Amino acid sequence: MFTSVLVANRGEIARRVIRTARRMGLRTVAVYSSADAELPYVREADEAVPIGPAAPAASYLDMDAVLAAARRTGAQAVHPGYGFLAESATFARRVLGAGLTWVGPPPAAIESMGEKVNARNLMAEAGVPVAGGTRQPVTEVAAALDAARALGYPLMVKAVAGGGGIGMSVVHDEGGMRSAFGTARTRAERFFGNPGILLERYLEHARHVEVQIVGLPDGRVLALGERDCSVQRRHQKVAEETPSTGVKPELRQRMVAAAVRAGQAVGYRNLGTVECLVDPVAQDFVFLEMNTRLQVEHPITELVTGIDLVEQQLLLAGGQPVTIEAAAGASGVPAGGHALELRVYAEDPRRFLPSPGTIRAWEEPRGEGVRVDAGYEAGSVVTQYYDPLLAKLCTWGADRSEALARARHAVAAFVIEGPRTNLPFHAELLAHPDFVSGTYDTGLVARMRATP
Amino acid sequence: MSDEVVAEMVANVWKVVVAMGDRVDDGDTLVILESMKMEIPVVTESAGTVAELRVAEGDVVQEGDVIAVIE
Repeated sequence: MFTSVLVANRGEIARRVIRTARRMGLRTVAVYSSADAELPYVREADEAVPIGPAAPAASYLDMDAVLAAARRTGAQAVHPGYGFLAESATFARRVLGAGLTWVGPPPAAIESMGEKVNARNLMAEAGVPVAGGTRQPVTEVAAALDAARALGYPLMVKAVAGGGGIGMSVVHDEGGMRSAFGTARTRAERFFGNPGILLERYLEHARHVEVQIVGLPDGRVLALGERDCSVQRRHQKVAEETPSTGVKPELRQRMVAAAVRAGQAVGYRNLGTVECLVDPVAQDFVFLEMNTRLQVEHPITELVTGIDLVEQQLLLAGGQPVTIEAAAGASGVPAGGHALELRVYAEDPRRFLPSPGTIRAWEEPRGEGVRVDAGYEAGSVVTQYYDPLLAKLCTWGADRSEALARARHAVAAFVIEGPRTNLPFHAELLAHPDFVSGTYDTGLVARMRATP
Repeated sequence: MSDEVVAEMVANVWKVVVAMGDRVDDGDTLVILESMKMEIPVVTESAGTVAELRVAEGDVVQEGDVIAVIE
């Protein structure tokens, strides 16, 4: 097993990985851009290396700079967190090529899942249900219109190499396709360096539910239950919970089985997540995509299983026996109360527009069943260069109503002054009848904002 | 009559869409800002001519900074 690990990330996830790695006795190395020198994760690592200016392309996405930092500090392993280089097969190969341990799945698995059209085709071959969609990437509007005629509207337009909701939109007719396609292609090229577009049948009133999987060294794939991520704005997740209130046991079993098949089909190792769209009325689902890394919302799975997923990632990468098997249980569905994650973003709570700034006051809520994974503290500067995630406020309860009650108290007790935050939105969400009853779908936030 | 169009938040100027002297209508996009991985179009709420354009692509604007003046 390696004895040191470099965390190629920033903010809350760098801090969270460093915490577990240090607990395991590993020497930790942080990397940081000039904008992040004062953040807690830089201080909490055993060593910290500056890797460039604020712009991500010149620091956190600069593979040479990250690898040079690993060399300089003698780090033996690289944990990529999520985002940045986490789903770059090229980076994973370069880490391995430098003789270091990559804390993640094999590069080939990252590659086969990284392109959405290819991933869907692979999944369909493996017997995992997929929604109707294009079997080739589309790059011209004429081809998009033809494909749309055959598939039928509404359709989701997505960058094949995309992520984070960027460049995604729903189109309902030919006019919508004409205007959305060009924008999607431009963004796909700009953000992901690949103009290819996937058109996929859009399921209205669906829920977004994902299954946590773990690929073991002997090729077996285990599942650790699901997370419901239907509370979204701009196709980005804002709140998650487990278990999902829209998935009945019979559907859960089918989804878990499909997620395991999906992992096996690509020779998956380490932690991954299979995202699905669920029709809660029909109790049916289709595969959306697979994320070949640690997920932002992994803490809620940790809260209901008692497993430290980052520890398991590090143990798996180091070739050590893992303790995950017993917890996964025979059915692949762990049971242990209910957990909720609220993403605290630096954004105004009505229009969800970014709000960078200096944090003047920061007081985290505490108490039984409350966990806060934060990237910032009082005095930190939240810059415009990175995503708006300030902290993940998670609560656990013996049942859903206890988790919700704890979340309401925790939201009220969380003090952040400086940047505007979406804490008032979370207070609203936790009081919304559809959320409270558990009968919501991915349209919930839009509906909350449509009725003033 | 002149109207100042200001930045609503700290952001990088990603794209300048109009040029000095351009005629613009209410709702036209003047520049596109980028902040926290989001593109934010800055639109004018009045019609007229772009009399001043105080930002260039790659600039950083602070909340309240004047981006353009429409006359």
